[in-house]
Amino acid sequence: MSVTPPKNKLWWNEPIPKSELVWVIIAFVWGLIMFFMMIYWHVYGEQNLSNEAYRITAEEFTVKTEAMVEKYQVREESGYPVVRPPPGEDIYMIARLWQWWPILELEKGQSYRLHLSSLDWMHGFSLQPVNINLQIHPDYEMVITITPTTTGEFGIVCNEYCGIGHHTMLGRMYVVDNGGA
Amino acid sequence: MAIKETYRTCQTTGLRVYKSAEDLIKINAVVAVVFLLVGGIFGIMVALTRWKAVHLLPADWFYLALTAHGINLLVVWIIFFEIAVMYFASAVLLGCRLATPRWAWTGFALMLIGAIITNVAVLQGDSSVMFTSYVPLMAAPSFYVGVILFAVGALIGTFVFFGTLVVAKNENTYEGSVPLVTFGATVAAIIAVFTIASGAIILIPTFLWSIGYVNHIDTLMYRTIWWAFGHSSQQINVAAHISIWYLIAAVTLGAKPLSEKVSRGAFLLYILFLQLASAHHLLVDPGISSEWKIFNTSYAIYLAVLGSMIHGLTVPGSIEAAQRKKGYTNGLFEWLRKAPWGNPAFSGMFISLILFGFLGGISGVVMGVEQINLIIHNTIYVPGHFHATVVAGTTLAFMAVTYLLIPLIFRREIMFPKMAQAQPYVFGLGVTGISLFMMGAGTMGVPRRHWDISQADAVLPYDFPGVANLLMGLNGMSALLAGLGGAMFILVAVGSIFFGKKIVDGAEKPVAEPEDAAVLSKYGSEEHPAVPGTLVLVAVFFITFVLYYYVNWKYLAEVWPLR
Repeated sequence: MSVTPPKNKLWWNEPIPKSELVWVIIAFVWGLIMFFMMIYWHVYGEQNLSNEAYRITAEEFTVKTEAMVEKYQVREESGYPVVRPPPGEDIYMIARLWQWWPILELEKGQSYRLHLSSLDWMHGFSLQPVNINLQIHPDYEMVITITPTTTGEFGIVCNEYCGIGHHTMLGRMYVVDNGGA
Repeated sequence: MAIKETYRTCQTTGLRVYKSAEDLIKINAVVAVVFLLVGGIFGIMVALTRWKAVHLLPADWFYLALTAHGINLLVVWIIFFEIAVMYFASAVLLGCRLATPRWAWTGFALMLIGAIITNVAVLQGDSSVMFTSYVPLMAAPSFYVGVILFAVGALIGTFVFFGTLVVAKNENTYEGSVPLVTFGATVAAIIAVFTIASGAIILIPTFLWSIGYVNHIDTLMYRTIWWAFGHSSQQINVAAHISIWYLIAAVTLGAKPLSEKVSRGAFLLYILFLQLASAHHLLVDPGISSEWKIFNTSYAIYLAVLGSMIHGLTVPGSIEAAQRKKGYTNGLFEWLRKAPWGNPAFSGMFISLILFGFLGGISGVVMGVEQINLIIHNTIYVPGHFHATVVAGTTLAFMAVTYLLIPLIFRREIMFPKMAQAQPYVFGLGVTGISLFMMGAGTMGVPRRHWDISQADAVLPYDFPGVANLLMGLNGMSALLAGLGGAMFILVAVGSIFFGKKIVDGAEKPVAEPEDAAVLSKYGSEEHPAVPGTLVLVAVFFITFVLYYYVNWKYLAEVWPLR
């Protein structure tokens, strides 16, 4: 029994039942398939998180973001600047207690280098309803290249607990169709 | 120095049970159940707050309750119970005295004091930092002190366990190799040492930071090391509750492993690879390379998953072999139909096995894929997954084994036997609901650890689909059902332990059916295992696994391209 010492003291010499052996091999091969699936997706898949990240201070990141806002602001909404940078541009979004700042307006089918960092605590970038989720750290600047493929109004929810105002931390992103460029 | 200590011989199993071990198993198990009650109440409050129509608690209380729920259940209840299991698997199964009972009591006292200090810190309201206490969110210094004391106590308990293995070996209380269950408990204990060391490495500096002696803790470093503690502590649970599956199968049915070598090899894979799982939490963090993520998140090449998939065959396989030996040989599933479903130890164990495999295991592997994690990280899918592993898997297995410990160790008859019979089904159904509904809401992007997804007071509100709110409501109802199941368990356990009819020697109620005696007398690996029914179950599992895995790649492929 499983609660008594094995009767056969040389239990490691006992042959493995065939059914178990077959299952072990199937499970092992499945593990290999799943392992190589991740590598395969890096080569052929379109959704891979970049490894590009930099150390940065809250001040430096604020300066970069404000420079972008000043250059490309098109209007204001609920006290937030709405920024429409040209396609291919580096775009920035600040996470702080309890805001995603500013509002970005992007073009469908165009790629942008999105920089994300927190000015204070950890936050969770959760783009809805697309459902892309990223961990945003203070002192680290994450850079990803995104290509919106759907148009409309998108919410950015914070999904890392960041204190009592956590549930009010929401941002917005617009994606517009500019003639299907 | 000769150590004289009294023991009794168990009438049912013939095992020698020493008083020191018995007392310590009792006290650790009882305290564990008390914290299960505390944590469970907080859990129900959390679920009722996230049910939009009820929205029970104000925001500050919600985050307080969520912190208390996590600490008391993920850490305190489980580790206290695991200490009891380790003492049982060493001193009782090997029939020897417990090494250094005084140290074991010291460890117990430290754990209890630590748990109380942390709970007081949380209840004072300035330590609502969640179970994870991510910096730079700062808790009261006593919060960290409590966790550190608890961990030191648990480490002492772990070393008492190792010491007991040495005592048994030196005093020749068993022959050959330790039983499989003891082997599994040893695996759990080894992982525990790694886990607690990781916890100390990160929480001691964090404590110093909270009192001003350290001025900065890097957030990425914190998450990397903290999860070497946080995730590995769940891997202790896996090793412990799989040992309990084997234990219950052996005691209720006389089951023996199909192959000692395979089952032990599967446990060994846990020691070698489970600790890499810290990576599961870091898949969408900046500053970590994809190579590191892929290697670690897959436990090298899914070698720890391989271990679990092996147990997924060998545990039900050992049950099938034992049942077939008793004559339940008709068709593929007579052995399963005629299993002792009215015995809560068995039914709890089997429900734990099924839910852990199908819900917890598959979802865990899928969300741990580097790229798929992008659509799951920090959504409520994550708690959906780990309620299937830690609640349906570990907690239900612990409840099931309690139904054996009450007659064997506490020597009381089970009170309210009808309620005990129903308990695993009620609890299992409730947890299934919790798990599935949270996972469903998570696929719609509902965040975890969030007071109000209707975001009534946000400047830029976002509306989640109505179905998401419906699922969170169903989650609340499931939590009530699971809470009922938990209350039934506590009533039966506490009632039996304090007020149950005493079992006197010579009149013990056998836990195993009399005809098992023939099986009980033989041990070692199963001679001629033929387990067709189990192979069908495993095939169903495998097909589910593969389908769900690729469905999620399909979901991912529909998301905006990013690189």
